[in-house]
Amino acid sequence: MHPIDRDAVQAELDRRREQPVYLHLETTTGSYTALGPDKKPPVIAFVRNAQVTYARGVVTGPGPYRVGLKLQDGWVYADGLTDFVVSERDELLLAGHDHDGYLTVALQLSAQPFREA
Amino acid sequence: MANPTTAGAPVETTHAATPAPFVPAAERGLLVVLPHPDDETFSSGGTMARCADAGVPVTYLCGTYGDMGRRMGRPAFANRESLRDIRERELADACAVLGAEVRMLGLRDKCVEFEDPIEVAERVRAVIEELDPSTVVGFYPGYAVHADHDALGLIVQLAVRALPAGRRPRLLAVAVGDQEANRATLGEPDVLSDIAHTVDRKIAALRAHRSQTEAMFVKWDEDAEDEQGKAFRDRLLGGERFYLLDPHHVTGYERNRP
Ligand SMILES: [Zn+2]
Repeated sequence: MHPIDRDAVQAELDRRREQPVYLHLETTTGSYTALGPDKKPPVIAFVRNAQVTYARGVVTGPGPYRVGLKLQDGWVYADGLTDFVVSERDELLLAGHDHDGYLTVALQLSAQPFREA
Repeated sequence: MANPTTAGAPVETTHAATPAPFVPAAERGLLVVLPHPDDETFSSGGTMARCADAGVPVTYLCGTYGDMGRRMGRPAFANRESLRDIRERELADACAVLGAEVRMLGLRDKCVEFEDPIEVAERVRAVIEELDPSTVVGFYPGYAVHADHDALGLIVQLAVRALPAGRRPRLLAVAVGDQEANRATLGEPDVLSDIAHTVDRKIAALRAHRSQTEAMFVKWDEDAEDEQGKAFRDRLLGGERFYLLDPHHVTGYERNRP
């Protein structure tokens, strides 16, 4: 992945407007937080291959970046995004990584379903 | 159908006071069943290599591709979509180093506990029946920190239990995390595997799981770990410890979650 280029990401969001796309949205602390000094419980959520259509999609912020997708009946939102790439399968992959390079958040869009195990 | 994951009040078995040594020459086959690529190396890599050295067939039945992991390498070279294939290759490389054959259950990472445990246990039972190992290694349900670990640990227990009495392998369980807390509840581990002669291969297999271990090795190489990190490293490269698990003794595995 590369550091987010806002113009490039905005063009990718625009290119996917007004058509059904598959969404992967995720945020994670990792499953081992209970072993850390604060013994915090893990906080993890993901949605994979939910289909959405958005009329307007915007990337914003000074970095880390935010992305919002305005759906007909609601919103998709992510904050903390730092990196992006368009995969060989033409998937738009956006992710946030912490200083250790661990993934903290992901927002991904694709015309085809994302692969399952 | 009663949910076997929560049935009954948890009662702990009492384990031995002094661990018995793990003796590869006494084994007919070793089957390790854990959910993630790298669980095998972290928990049992030295023991797997010892068995392979002794001519004992070693198989790793891996539950998932670890495709929902958050470690992407340091610096990151994987992403959410490429991680699956990368970890599959890393696992093949690590198990080549350890002398183990790899098989996959193909479950979704982080979702093992949401599968029907009886259904997955049936698949594990079929593999045990086919390979007929003398020992199966799984996670200790309730003492394995990660929800996938606890869930597959229970499934392995159910699988061994489903075999006819004369065909049941010995079930050895790996406890994760705070070893002092585990000892306080479970007692001393029953089996200790001396990995002095295979620790180099365990380290090589850890390195093969590059996406997951690179950050750890950066700290090791710079000698920049904190106290907890040092203790973890000493334990990882010291002997491998296992609890003997009664397949009929099903614990409430969610109990230890924070
Ligand atoms: Zn694991």
